[in-house]
Amino acid sequence: MSNFAIEVKGLRKSFGSQIVLDGIDLAVPAGTVFALLGPNGAGKTTLIHILSTLTAPDQGSVRVAGYDVVTEKNEVKRSISLTGQFAAVDEMLTAEENLRMICRLSGLTSAESGARTAELLKQFGLSSAMGKRVKTYSGGMRRRLDLAISLAASRPVLFLDEPTTGLDTISRRSLWDIILQLKEQGITIFLTTQYLEEADQLADTISVIADGHVVATGTAEELKSRVGGEVIELRNEKEEVIRMISTNGSIHDVRQTLNELAHTVPQEARVSIRKPSMDDVFLALTTKNLEGTRS
Amino acid sequence: MTTTHSMAKPASFVVTNAVFIGRSIRLSLRNTEALIMAIMLPILLMLLFTYVFGGALDPTGNYVDYVVPGIILLCAGFGSSQTAVDVAQDMTSGIIDRFRTMPIRSLSVVTGHVVASLVRNLIATGVVIGVALLVGFRPSAGVVEWLGAVGTITLFILTFTWLFAAIGLVAGSPSAAAGYGFVLLFLPYLSNAFVSTDTMPKWLQGVANHQPITPVIETIRGLLTGTPVHDRAWWAIGWCLLILLVSLVWSLWSFRRKAGRR
Repeated sequence: MSNFAIEVKGLRKSFGSQIVLDGIDLAVPAGTVFALLGPNGAGKTTLIHILSTLTAPDQGSVRVAGYDVVTEKNEVKRSISLTGQFAAVDEMLTAEENLRMICRLSGLTSAESGARTAELLKQFGLSSAMGKRVKTYSGGMRRRLDLAISLAASRPVLFLDEPTTGLDTISRRSLWDIILQLKEQGITIFLTTQYLEEADQLADTISVIADGHVVATGTAEELKSRVGGEVIELRNEKEEVIRMISTNGSIHDVRQTLNELAHTVPQEARVSIRKPSMDDVFLALTTKNLEGTRS
Repeated sequence: MTTTHSMAKPASFVVTNAVFIGRSIRLSLRNTEALIMAIMLPILLMLLFTYVFGGALDPTGNYVDYVVPGIILLCAGFGSSQTAVDVAQDMTSGIIDRFRTMPIRSLSVVTGHVVASLVRNLIATGVVIGVALLVGFRPSAGVVEWLGAVGTITLFILTFTWLFAAIGLVAGSPSAAAGYGFVLLFLPYLSNAFVSTDTMPKWLQGVANHQPITPVIETIRGLLTGTPVHDRAWWAIGWCLLILLVSLVWSLWSFRRKAGRR
């Protein structure tokens, strides 16, 4: 097995005439957390579906845990676990029944399933609610159960499609803690998210995807520095941001930028200069709002 | 990669099916409204056709002997239509993606619903026969005829359940599945289940005499009450096997085609 848990080369996928993934290259080292960041419709879910054998790629090579997702589907399935965007839990069953069912389907014996179920219920703080039907659970509990179910069989690669979308801050933080614990156990985690803070907090490596292309890859720090040293922000009298321009922060660069802007921006606009955030990175890479980097 | 991540032996075919059948039966038991309906419907229909329509349709008072097979099929059709809703429910929720990414034969999730439907509808059939006996049904069948009748009913339920499973697989949502399935529930009325087809207009007789439900009704009726069966049993079995085969192929095809799309 190579050192990469996930290796994607030249992946293309289209649905009819709509090109969803247009030449994706990725490599995720085993035991790391990888975040795929992108706006809605960027192709994140399609990519996760291809990696988890749900959808076949049109072109390119895709290997997960060393196996090809097309020709070695079964081996891939035995190495992965998917937590999809919609909680994959059975509403009419209890948490305990859900877990037991997946343990049994994962090849554990009845006794092993019982033990594993009890262990996971405890680990995910669901022991007190284990006998209640899942339809009575809150969004956060459902997500925790969903993640617990994904861990029923210890698989080396875990896919999480927008794991915290729709959760409140407390649930989100508790899920982050769990994800970081899983990383400690050596599990490779591939997650998609729309939240920059989430990628920033969890991921060793982040790739930004837009319009079917990977537009940048690196650590959070590397991506921030790619935007340039600092950001010039212009606000109108209502404190709304009207322009953001990256700058290296030198007098020369700032002066030149402001001179260029003098004709197109109202003179009352207020100027501030600050360090870039992940939001700036995201906007810079996925839209044309920010004028090209100059560094 | 650490050694704790074992490449576990996947669940066997038998275990996989047992788990899904157990799941579907559990879901059937918890779907209280559908369960009450499945038991109340046979009772109400039996009483309705015997005491309300029975006198008008057959003044001799023997209508109950005529109508039992029709009520059995009506209830079986209704009961198996729930399969379309159950299957559509699974196919449109996230859970199917989880099953599909596990090293199991994920079509077993459908098989589970089919077996649960078979169990539910055989129980409903038992209720129909029990109520029928209470209101004066006097079958002439011996052990062999009873076995033949139950066998025919089982084949019919299996056939229609797979047909509804296929409908559930192609339907975009559970409510769409319920809608498409509803149309099929009128088939028993367009047969000789409740009245002899001689009383219908000529053009309708053609439809009623040559649709699959009619030979099934005649076979069950013949076996239970001693009316002539002739070659109708072969027609009944032939129709059922044909529809079953088409439904199985259709189910398999749509299950594969839907891979990864919702």
